[in-house]
Amino acid sequence: MMSPIALSIKDVSFSYAGKKALDHIDFKIQPGECTILLGPNGAGKSTLFSLITRLYDTRSGLIELCGFNVKQQTRKALAKLGVVFQQSTLDMDLTVMQNLRYHAALHGMGRKLATQRIREELERLNMYERRFEPVRQLNGGHRRRVEIARALLHKPSLLLLDEPTVGLDVPSRQDIVEHVHQLATDQKLAVLWASHLIDEIYPADRLIVLHQGKIKADGTVNEVLKLSNTSSIKEAFYQLTQGGQA
Amino acid sequence: MNPVHYWRALWGIVGRELLRFVKQRERFISALVRPLVWLFIFAAGFRAALGIAITAPYETYILYEVYITPGLCGMIQLFNGMQSSFSMVYDREMGSMRMLMVCPLPRWFLLLSKLLAGTAVSVLQVYVFLAIAWFYEIEAPWQGYLWVLPALVLSGLMLGALGLLLSSFIKQLENFAGVMNFVIFPMFFMSTALYPLWKIKESSDLLHTLAQYNPFSQAVELTRFALYGQFNQEAFIYTFAAFVIFMAAAIIGYNPSKGMMTKKGGGAG
Repeated sequence: MMSPIALSIKDVSFSYAGKKALDHIDFKIQPGECTILLGPNGAGKSTLFSLITRLYDTRSGLIELCGFNVKQQTRKALAKLGVVFQQSTLDMDLTVMQNLRYHAALHGMGRKLATQRIREELERLNMYERRFEPVRQLNGGHRRRVEIARALLHKPSLLLLDEPTVGLDVPSRQDIVEHVHQLATDQKLAVLWASHLIDEIYPADRLIVLHQGKIKADGTVNEVLKLSNTSSIKEAFYQLTQGGQA
Repeated sequence: MNPVHYWRALWGIVGRELLRFVKQRERFISALVRPLVWLFIFAAGFRAALGIAITAPYETYILYEVYITPGLCGMIQLFNGMQSSFSMVYDREMGSMRMLMVCPLPRWFLLLSKLLAGTAVSVLQVYVFLAIAWFYEIEAPWQGYLWVLPALVLSGLMLGALGLLLSSFIKQLENFAGVMNFVIFPMFFMSTALYPLWKIKESSDLLHTLAQYNPFSQAVELTRFALYGQFNQEAFIYTFAAFVIFMAAAIIGYNPSKGMMTKKGGGAG
């Protein structure tokens, strides 16, 4: 039976050499929910992503993807997951199509299904005409689009994005932000978007502010503003991350 | 789990590696130039200095170029194995290794597939080298070119697994150059690739022992015998055992709960 919760993080803590990177993290994401994980550099965002993708093992706490325990039912859990990493993970020497076919093969898709899914996802991002171009010839924004298409090929329930707009120009960023929000609404895709860029947040988004491994705020944009007693996300972010240190 | 999924993933990984290899022509050329320089220049120069007595699998006196050829096949595979592990460290730093690790297949299978892909490339390189050597009149019996295939596969797997193991221990690309110097050169020079064991024994007992137990020597001997249609059982067992040990250690190294990955520390955010 399909779990109604796309991602469940229960009391997760993680340390590197005695230094706590995550401290009792606890939250859930529902299908169709776009959650922005906001935090400065070193907040613990990448560590959390490494635990969700099982690059590291969760030693304290529990992470479930669509009801599957990431540590014990790894393959079932990972099958539900689409990821866009911070650094580009495309093969520059290969074409868009070859890159996507590789991903489809890793997910066990047959040629026919892969061709169909690649077409669907690339068309949605207006990249289908460029499918035979080597990735090296694409600009940063287009490469990101290809990576999003790739992450969605196997129809995941949860899309993880680790600061995917870093280094992109403003129009490309807006494009990607708009597209991902659309996906959450139209396809009931759960999204967890790590960012430190405030202008990527939509009013309807859920916001989790992470700082020094702890959740400082969790709620809708309005709830976070109320909690921090501020009038803008920028102020709230400053208050919750810088103010707390003073 | 569906076996078709495994099959498709394996072909996906091997296919990608072969595609990359075809597209990176300079990699192919440099992989060939190295052993050819040894064959055409080094071996030609040493021909007069080193006399090779009749030793198995050779039935007559041979030229030094003939002796060195299986060693150079090993050299191609040794460099290829290290280069693929180098590319794994690069992939890990660049993130594409993570892409592979988040796909829903067991990690051991993904690593083994990567290894098979690297081995396929190295076998291809060796055959091209052997073809060029053939034109240089270094000819093995024709059956030898068939027999050598399984030997090259095992030798490629063993050296690739060693590279994989090293890549699981290396934190950053910068550290890799040191490992190359500490692994490739001692392994190559302390082996039977360039001189037979009895010749090494004449100069040093210690070196002889080290060369004898060097898995690279065993892989080279396996290849040498196979190229002349003979099966060297001892070399086979030794190479196979080394492959199993290196592979098992590499799988542990890449295990998120037991291996080095847990000690490598996290990202920026």
